Amino acid sequence: MRARPRKKILAISSGGGHWIELLRLRPAFEGHFVVYATVSEAYRAHVGDAPLVVIDDVTRWDRVGLVRSALQITRLLLAERPDIVVSTGALPGFFGVVLGKRLGAKTIWVDSLANVEELSLSGEKVGPHADLWLTQWEELAYPGGPRYAGSVID
Amino acid sequence: MRLLVTVGAQMPFDRLIRAVDAWAGAHPGHAIRAQVGETELTPAHLDAVPFLQPAAFDRAYDEADAVIGHAGIGTLFAAMERGKPILVLPREARRRETRNDHQIATARRFVSRPGVVVAWSEDEVPAAMERLLSLRGAPSLSARAEGPLIDAIARFIDRS
Repeated sequence: MRARPRKKILAISSGGGHWIELLRLRPAFEGHFVVYATVSEAYRAHVGDAPLVVIDDVTRWDRVGLVRSALQITRLLLAERPDIVVSTGALPGFFGVVLGKRLGAKTIWVDSLANVEELSLSGEKVGPHADLWLTQWEELAYPGGPRYAGSVID
Repeated sequence: MRLLVTVGAQMPFDRLIRAVDAWAGAHPGHAIRAQVGETELTPAHLDAVPFLQPAAFDRAYDEADAVIGHAGIGTLFAAMERGKPILVLPREARRRETRNDHQIATARRFVSRPGVVVAWSEDEVPAAMERLLSLRGAPSLSARAEGPLIDAIARFIDRS
């Protein structure tokens, strides 16, 4: 059997719960080269020797911030050229997936566990741009929508 | 006991801080650190700071015997991964504590897990505090997602 080819993964999220959920997916990235992008320098301590790029945090109400964030993520994608983009949200991750897909990456969106009764707004809109679109709640999966494969909590 | 109170990085949550401060006033003898956000409140019985940097947060969780917080996923996991019992009061949209009621839904999902206590209103905080302090530790959550989710993502990455 030939060894699995090593891929370059951009794992991107905002802070707090989104970041913790992303970290809990790490075993899936084993054997690949991972670049993390998140909103705080201090999270570097969580990823050991892996490279971490600090990006701006942004909410959907901050129009100037949205444009700036989209440009920043575009620059990041052009600099890193990942094979895979994976995100647990929120907006910076949404940009990572949407723009990453345009630049030829395969994209993974895992909607946050916090979205219990409905998908997040970014989660609803990200669907067509995610090659693997996952919800963590079985009842939120639907044909043509996100798939359920389990959650970040065991 | 050493307790950590946290409202997360986004918005203050004075309803929680007032309730815990009142409880602490009636139950002296605990060392209570509180991350309260940007608020006018000055709790009398809590060692309060607006924010904690992630490294200081990690340390505060490690040092606490139990945690009291809003029902944020980050807060719940930080406590559960360390095997610390946690009491949560969910933020409510109608009180403008958050943009929607996802914390109420989150609390409903986590309430049955060992080591998790939910106060559904500030009035329930004193009784919930007693339950929290009666818990001696909680099972530690592993730091990884469920196997099938990891497998689905790993397979996708390999095939891409």
